[in-house]
Formats: sequence, structure tokens, C-alpha cells
Amino acid sequence: MRGAKSAKWVAGAAVIALAATACGGGDSDGGKKNTSGQPAGYVSIDVGEPQKPLMPADTNESNGSYVIQSLFTQLLDFDDKGEIVLTNAESVETEDSKTWTVKLKAGWKFHNGEAVTAQSYIDAWNWYANVKNAQQNAFWFSDIKGYADVHPEKGDPKSDKMSGLKAVDDTTFTIELTDKVPYFNYKLGYATFAPLPKVFYDDPKAFGQKPIGNGPYTFEKWTHKKLIQVRAWPEYQGPNKAANKGIQFKNYSTVEAAYQDVISGNLDMIRQVGPRDLPKYKTDLGDGAIDQPYAAIQTLVPAFYSKSFKDIDPKVLQGLSMAIDRDTITKTVLNGTRIPATSFTPPQVKGNQTLDSDILKYNPAKAKELIKAGGGVPENKFTIQYNADGGHKEWVTAVCESIRNATGVECTGDAKPDFPTDLEARDNDEVKGFYRGGWVADYPVNVNFLKELYHSKAESNNGRFNDKEVDALMAKGDKADSLEESVAAYQEVEKKLVEKMPAIPLWYYAINGGHGKNVDNVKVDFHGDLELTGVTTK
Amino acid sequence: MGRYVARRLLQMIPVFLGSTLLVFLMMYALPGDPVRALAGEQHVDASQIAAMKASLGLDKPIWLQYLNYLGNLFQGDFGQQIGTQRPVAEVISEAYPITVRLAIFAFVFTVVAGISLGIIAGLKAESIRDRGLLGLTLVLISMPSFVLGFLVQYFVAFELGIAKPNVSLEPTNGELIMPAIVLASLSLAYVARLTRTSVAENIRADYMRTAVAKGLPRRRVIGVHLMRNSLIPVVTFLGTDIGALMGGAIVTEGIFNIKGVGSLVFEALKKREGATVVGVVTLLVVVYLVCSLLVDLLYAVLDPRIRYA
Repeated sequence: MRGAKSAKWVAGAAVIALAATACGGGDSDGGKKNTSGQPAGYVSIDVGEPQKPLMPADTNESNGSYVIQSLFTQLLDFDDKGEIVLTNAESVETEDSKTWTVKLKAGWKFHNGEAVTAQSYIDAWNWYANVKNAQQNAFWFSDIKGYADVHPEKGDPKSDKMSGLKAVDDTTFTIELTDKVPYFNYKLGYATFAPLPKVFYDDPKAFGQKPIGNGPYTFEKWTHKKLIQVRAWPEYQGPNKAANKGIQFKNYSTVEAAYQDVISGNLDMIRQVGPRDLPKYKTDLGDGAIDQPYAAIQTLVPAFYSKSFKDIDPKVLQGLSMAIDRDTITKTVLNGTRIPATSFTPPQVKGNQTLDSDILKYNPAKAKELIKAGGGVPENKFTIQYNADGGHKEWVTAVCESIRNATGVECTGDAKPDFPTDLEARDNDEVKGFYRGGWVADYPVNVNFLKELYHSKAESNNGRFNDKEVDALMAKGDKADSLEESVAAYQEVEKKLVEKMPAIPLWYYAINGGHGKNVDNVKVDFHGDLELTGVTTK
Repeated sequence: MGRYVARRLLQMIPVFLGSTLLVFLMMYALPGDPVRALAGEQHVDASQIAAMKASLGLDKPIWLQYLNYLGNLFQGDFGQQIGTQRPVAEVISEAYPITVRLAIFAFVFTVVAGISLGIIAGLKAESIRDRGLLGLTLVLISMPSFVLGFLVQYFVAFELGIAKPNVSLEPTNGELIMPAIVLASLSLAYVARLTRTSVAENIRADYMRTAVAKGLPRRRVIGVHLMRNSLIPVVTFLGTDIGALMGGAIVTEGIFNIKGVGSLVFEALKKREGATVVGVVTLLVVVYLVCSLLVDLLYAVLDPRIRYA
């Protein structure tokens, strides 16, 4: 009997405890919706939960970018060769590289019916740039005159409008820049330069959960951490009109799980096949396999403040570069997913050139010679910092092995547990030797790979490379009157970099993805994203 | 016994405070700045980051941050995520139901299959079926769960074609069976072994001989007399196992693409979303506390000699 009595207490305690902590364990997902079913004509792709709310100027990671690009269209875009394709703009012209005149195509509308006017762009850009709105990509507007007023380095903004933006009429506006930027129109292709409808300003926070754009698709629903669904917009007038009825962006915890779903037909496209399936994905997917290089590069960046590389002779870095057997490492350790680098810029960008130098070729004898001539690495050893959560360990080990075998310089990996820790060490100048640098093109011009990384004042120059000669050459490129001249000037910069060695280029990226049997016409754009508008269902 | 229960419930409060404080401090001690990390390798605007931190209260000293957190927590506010800017309570409540369902499935499977196998083996220790069970559990214990997960997924979904490899967005109960079995397999092995050993031991006890001598039916001898005593170690294990099934399912969740608490904590940790990690861990601590209380009370049910005053 006592047993029964105790049982009553057990039940009682359970009820009280669970009620007190309000974790009744009940199912709170209400009515059963069948979201597993993909609507007919829709295509699906593995795109995870965006890091932030869906705001064009607050998104710089790839999950969010995919969704933003489906919902918004900027003035122009690029084709797979990196050439400009005008989308919302009729023309973007300049005479002096300083004042740009933008004419919009007439008759464009937002998804809610509001007309896309010059003012939609100007208001949006002013809002994005304003320091108060804390948009991640605000610095993209820093070329525009008056940026310092809306985004001062310290304190409150003096104005909420950039003086460089002026509407001429409903479909024309001018952009005045602080200085000449011959390649400014290329920057306009970045998703951050999207226009916003008036409803946005009523409640930006709500807009970020349910955006209204002017792009090829309209927003349908966002089931957090699971699915974002967009529907093709029949009134869209741009050249990249949707060839399918809509897209499902599905979130997968692992690339392996996504791959299984592609194989079994529950998912149409996968952006990147995981290491486990790389050896067999071409046989599994057949024609559906995608293996295409895109505009991104991986480098080893020396921290020029570190004990190993302070005041180092560039010859030593050239030597280390020649001690890396890129061909073998990309083929074996990296499974052919990377292409050995031949310069500081990837082939897909304007101005990429063949360098008249052998510093990126494997030559152990010359490597040894150069390192000796340059005075060697202090203590004959150095480290390569990388984030352990990104699958970099294998190639870092291989690179070290290659350098050690070729030159006898001791090289070890310096693993940081994850990306935030890795970044923190870079920001605080705590890198002990090299760090792993990676850069994907924002716009397909060589400037993007040179100025943003190696200018002494560039924010992403975490190696703190500082060379007056290089800065001066870049200034020359920025003052050029035309894009061609500017690109040519930056080609000179790149040639100079061979002598100065601000980084050791390793290899270019390639996308190794694929699609299942239900879809077709899957193409890759210049920065490695799948072009979803063109995808057709069978 | 009522006082005992009340005391145990009250004891949960300091444990709760201590564990949140510990997790909070640990998150704080981790290197890497969540606000900075959002920018990745791109340009970083120091003043903007400072402003964002100020608006989230991350610029304050750690003790003040903790007090603020606790203060909000008692008003039912778990805080806000840094990246997505969504309330943490909402994020957790999306992940919890599926995890609870998966854990219940796995738990039921563990209990039913584990105890039955243990009894079958324990009643005839050292027989062939006993050896067979020991062999099977040895395999389950020594096989990493991702290996088992991929094997099951491969055979069930691709060779036999009777299930989809991953669960769908709103998983049905049927879809959860395969992940639950994978998740439960390790616990199942332990439960079977524990039951088997304690059954094999108790079956030779004096009171069992007495029960048989009294002429009780075999069903009652085994079902009541033997089981009650043999289940105590098993119940102890099962109590702590519920928490492990809920929080430790990261691998299984990853393989079958289940968006549960495990993957939520993992992602939050990688992004240094302190409020999310503390929130989830706190809830898991509560689950552990409740379960251990239930286990202690169940002892009294199983063995009348154990009393709580």
C-alpha cells in the first residue's frame, strides 16, 4: 500500500515541477500543415536560415543573400562572364567618373504595386547609410558625397540625407561621389544597392521578416530555421524573369543530409557537396553535377606585426610561396575542388592577368635559395592560423608538410576553434604568423581583390601590410578617368605586389554542387551562386 | 513525504541560479565577439558595433549583464538573439516540441525494448540468448552514433526505400521512428545490460525463493517481486537519460535534419549567441532536476523500505 501512496506523490511532484517550469512537453505546433510537399513548378535549394532579418543592406552572408537576390533587383547585375547586365536601370553613365547619372526603366513596380522611382532608390540609400540604422553594409555608400554627414566616425549624424544623391525626375537621378571612382557602376551590382518601398519606413523591423521588393519573386512565407518560400512574380519586367513558379529555400543542418535529399529526389539543388560525398557525387548525379570555378581566392596572409614576419624580406615570402606544391595539394587533399592560383586575382574578374613571374610555381631548389637570400624566417619556424570549424585543417597540414619538405622551415597549424575566435585574433593583431585569408568577389573587377585587401587603410587588411609605393599606385588607379585605365593601373599594382608579397595566393575556389533529375538549366554566376531565376522544372 | 517534495522543489531554485550563472560566465569567457563576427571578413565599423552592443546591453560589466538577464528571465523574457533579432523564447519554443517528441519516442523505445531484452537475457544468465544480447549491446555501445545513423539511413531509405532519408519540415510521428531508434540505441544497450545483471542477481535472492515456495504464479513472481527490486539501478539510469536524449541529440538531429534543441545550441554556440545558449541549457537543467526528483521518488514506489521524511 505504501507503494501506491508514494506513487501519488511522484505524480504530484511531477505535475508541480512541470507546471512551475512551464515545460509541459506539449506539442505547440498547432494544426498540421503539410509543408513537406513542394508546390508544383517550384524548385528547392539548400539555403539555411539567414543570419539576420531580410534587409538588403544588412545581409552579407550567403544564405541571406540568396533570398535577398530573389526578392530585390538593383540597377544592374552581372552575367557569368562578369559583364554588366542592366536590370532596373535603363542606363548608368558618367563623363568624369565622379558624377553618375542613372536612368530607370519606366513602369517598374514593387510587389505591393508602388512604382519604383528615383526617390525609392535615394531614400533607401540614405536610410542604409545612416549610422543610426546600423546596417552592416553601410560602408558601401561611403563613396557618395555627404556620407560623412549621415555616417560620422563618432557621434550622431548631422543629416539624414547624403548631398550627393539628387532626383532629376521620376526615373532619373544623379550620384555625385566625393572622389573619382571609375568602377563605381560595378559596385552598384551589389545587392545592398536595392530600392525600398515606402511601407518599409513605417516598420523596418516587420519588413525584415516579410520583405517587399521589386525582384523576380515575391515573398510568401518564412518558417524560421526550416523554410523560406518565394513565388514568381508575373509582373516582373527585368531580363532575369523567373522561369519557374517559385523557390523553396530549405534549411539543412548538414550538407550530408541535404545531399541525401537530392539523391532521393526531395531536394532539387545543393550548393556544395560535403567532403564525404565528393568522391562519388559525379557518378551519383550524372549530368546534374556542377563543378565550376568562381571568383574567389584563398591566400596565406602574413601578419606583418608578428615576430615571424616583422620587417621580413619579401624574398622569403616568395620562397615560401614556391615551396608549396599547389598542384598536388589541390588534386589530392582538396579532391580537385580548388584550382591552383596564378595571380592575386581570380580569372573571372576584369583585369586578371598572367603574371610574368614564377613565384606561384613549385620549385623547391629556388625556394630554398630565395629564403636564404632573404635572411630566412626568424627561428626557422612559423604558424598558419585557421578556424577549425571550416574544414581547413587538412590543407593547412598539407601546405606545412610541403614547405617543411622543400625548405626545412618548420611550419605548424595554429587552430582557432571557430570563426569568431579566428576573426578576433585577426582584429586584435594577435596572429602569430600567417592567417588563412579568403575573399569572394563583391564585384567582378580586379580592384576588389587588390584595394580592399592590400591598401594600407583597407579594413580587411588584417595583415597590416603597409607600403607607400603600392598605395601610390592604387591612388593612380582611382584617379583614372575610365574603367579601362583604372583596371590597367591596378594591373600595375598587382605586378608590384609580386615584389612586395602582401600575401601568398594559394588557389581559386570552385563550386561543387549539383541538382536532381526534376530540374534543369542550373547555371552558376561569377561569385559562385546558383542562378535560380533560370532554373526550369521538367 | 510532502515536505520532502517541497524541499526538493525549493532546492531547485539555487541550483537553477547557479547553473545559469555558470553557463553565463562560460559564454562570457569564450573568445570571439558575436556582434563583430556577423560582419565576417568584410569591413567593420567600430562605432556601429559599439552602438549595437550598447542597444543589446552587451557593453555593461558582466555582473550587471547577468542581473539584467535574471531580472528579465523572471518576467518571462529570455532576451533577444543578436543576429536574427528574434526573441530567444520564440526560437526555443520552435525547437523544443520536436526535441520533446523525439526524446519521448526514444525513451519509450529504450524502456520497452531495453527492459524486455534485459529480462529475457537475465532470466537465463549465461545461456545462448544471454550471450547474444551481450554481443548485440557491445556492438551498439562501441559503434559511434553517426555510423549507426548513416547505416540505418542508407539501408532504410535507399536500399529498402521504405522511408525518406530526412524528416520533413513538419515531421509526422512515423518519420520520427527511425531517428528515435538511432538515438535510443546507446541507452537501450545500457538499459538492457543493467536490467540483465540485476535480474540475474536478484533471481537467486532469498525472497524470490520464498515467493516461489509460497506458490505464487510465475507471472507475479517475475512481474512484481523480481522487477521491483531489479529496476532500481535501471530507473536511476533512465532518469538522467531523459536529459541526455534531449540535449545530446546533435549528431542524430544532424543526420536526419531535425531542427531540434541540439542543433540550436550548437549553432548558437558557434555564433556566440549567449542568451540562446543560457536559455536552452537552463531549460535542460530544469529537465534534469525534475527527472532526478522523480527518480528519487520512484525509489520509494519500487522499494517500500526506502522512505523520505
